[in-house]
Amino acid sequence: MTELLGDETRTMIKLARAGVRLGGRRVFSDVELTVDRGQLVAVLGPNGAGKTTLMRVILGLVPLEAGSVTVLGRPPTQARPAIGYLPQRRSFDSTTRIRGVDLVRLGLDGARWGIPIPITTAARVRRRAETTRVNEVIQLVGATGFARRAIGELSGGEQQRLLIAQALIRNPQLLILDEPLDSLDLPNQAAVAGLLRRICSTEDVSVLLVAHDVNPLLGSLDQVIYLAGGRARSGTVDEVITSSTLSDLYGAPIEVLQTTDGRLVVVGQPEAPHLHGHRHELVG
Amino acid sequence: MTTTLSPDPLADLRALFTYPFMVNALEAGTIVAVLAAAVGWYMVLRRQTFAGHTLSVMAFPGAAGAALAGLPTALGYYVACAGAALLMRRAGGRQFRRGYGTETATIATVQAMGLAAGYLFLSLGHGVLGGTETLLFGTFLGVSRNQVLTLLIIAAAALILIATATRPLLLETIDPEAATARGLPVALLDTGFLLVLAAAVAATSQITGALLVFALLVAPAAAAQQLTMRPGAGLLLSVAFALAIVWLGLGIAYFSIYPVGFYVTSIAFAVYLAARFARVATTRLA
Repeated sequence: MTELLGDETRTMIKLARAGVRLGGRRVFSDVELTVDRGQLVAVLGPNGAGKTTLMRVILGLVPLEAGSVTVLGRPPTQARPAIGYLPQRRSFDSTTRIRGVDLVRLGLDGARWGIPIPITTAARVRRRAETTRVNEVIQLVGATGFARRAIGELSGGEQQRLLIAQALIRNPQLLILDEPLDSLDLPNQAAVAGLLRRICSTEDVSVLLVAHDVNPLLGSLDQVIYLAGGRARSGTVDEVITSSTLSDLYGAPIEVLQTTDGRLVVVGQPEAPHLHGHRHELVG
Repeated sequence: MTTTLSPDPLADLRALFTYPFMVNALEAGTIVAVLAAAVGWYMVLRRQTFAGHTLSVMAFPGAAGAALAGLPTALGYYVACAGAALLMRRAGGRQFRRGYGTETATIATVQAMGLAAGYLFLSLGHGVLGGTETLLFGTFLGVSRNQVLTLLIIAAAALILIATATRPLLLETIDPEAATARGLPVALLDTGFLLVLAAAVAATSQITGALLVFALLVAPAAAAQQLTMRPGAGLLLSVAFALAIVWLGLGIAYFSIYPVGFYVTSIAFAVYLAARFARVATTRLA
């Protein structure tokens, strides 16, 4: 289905002077961002700065007040079939008696109506092809060892791998993830970050993710976009996460320190007031 | 029932089908078993057992009220269950779905009122019906041809709906966020399932009574989910268990002086226990 969308262009997402107003309040304005094919990009910023709103703009769920947005050279709503989306971390109850592999398969056929018994030869051929694809993505995310266990019995990191597989199964060209590292322990954060980097390279997929902390992603990112104070700055980590850029964004003195092992610490970040509650309304 | 077992098991089996009331009971039981087991499988997976319980409790005043008003009790069952389903959907929304939140307290309070209203209707009607016992604990043996036919139509419609929506409903059940992101009509699926559940509860209540509905709605599905995690296999196993429970229950009751509901529920309970035991045993061994 993604073939329909033509892929001559290397530009995946382009935002120009984009501004959003929600409920009378300006969330951000003049946002510039260009994401190329195969790039891994993090959306950073304090709570309430509009990270999730930005994602919703790219998904075509929130209209712009000013400027323009294109995904694969067309309006976001038309690009939807080419976008894989992973909502904010879901967890499965420990008693959920469904296997990981079934969850992944639902990413492929979960929106298909009709009785799921293949009667015609064509249906049987398709089913076999789908099974191959299911096993392929499960292998890609390194979930082969646990995909046939109950999803509720798996660890947070294992569940997250299966959810990424579910989002990847229909061969999206752009994968959007809302806080995929949230509530994972450090080794799992590193592992999932590494997995996303690998997906960008091997599958030629662009990945855009919202993150609270840039550190687990430091070695993997092509670009970051930092939202604060109603504005945004995009570029490489070295360009954006600096004392001068962040001080300018926040309109207050900010200091970015680097630890000996390369981790970044932002000091002086004003605690953003909880201005809007869109974070959790994303799918509501 | 005062029939006794003969030394010839085949003759006993033939005796089961001699009387029309027994044939009706077997047919109605079979229809209800398939419907309850399939819908129940989703209900258990969706953790809507409490919703199912509420619907069955509301079936009681519905049937009693219909009898008092001189309407067919079957109509009372269906209308009360469907109405309760729509009300619950309005009151609880998605929170209710997972069985927590303040709504559970509200709904439990309404349940008590529903039971009390049913009780009142019954005493006002001076036993126009078979009485409290029939409504609460069921009657397999007073099923008419018309009732069987209505059950068949309702069950077929409900099962076709469920079968057509199998995959979207499954996705919406396990992963509502992903279902929303995929553009599925989540609210419609939620309401639609509650209405199908209402139909299943109303149909089953007529046979098992309002209080023993769970013998067919929960026990087979819960047992199946202990034994397999595969959706297709789970559904089939659930239906197989329910059929076995109903046929065995009716068969045993025919030769016994004790009520059918007791046998059906006891067998259902035994099936569930055995399934749990089997799962514990296999995980210990593995």
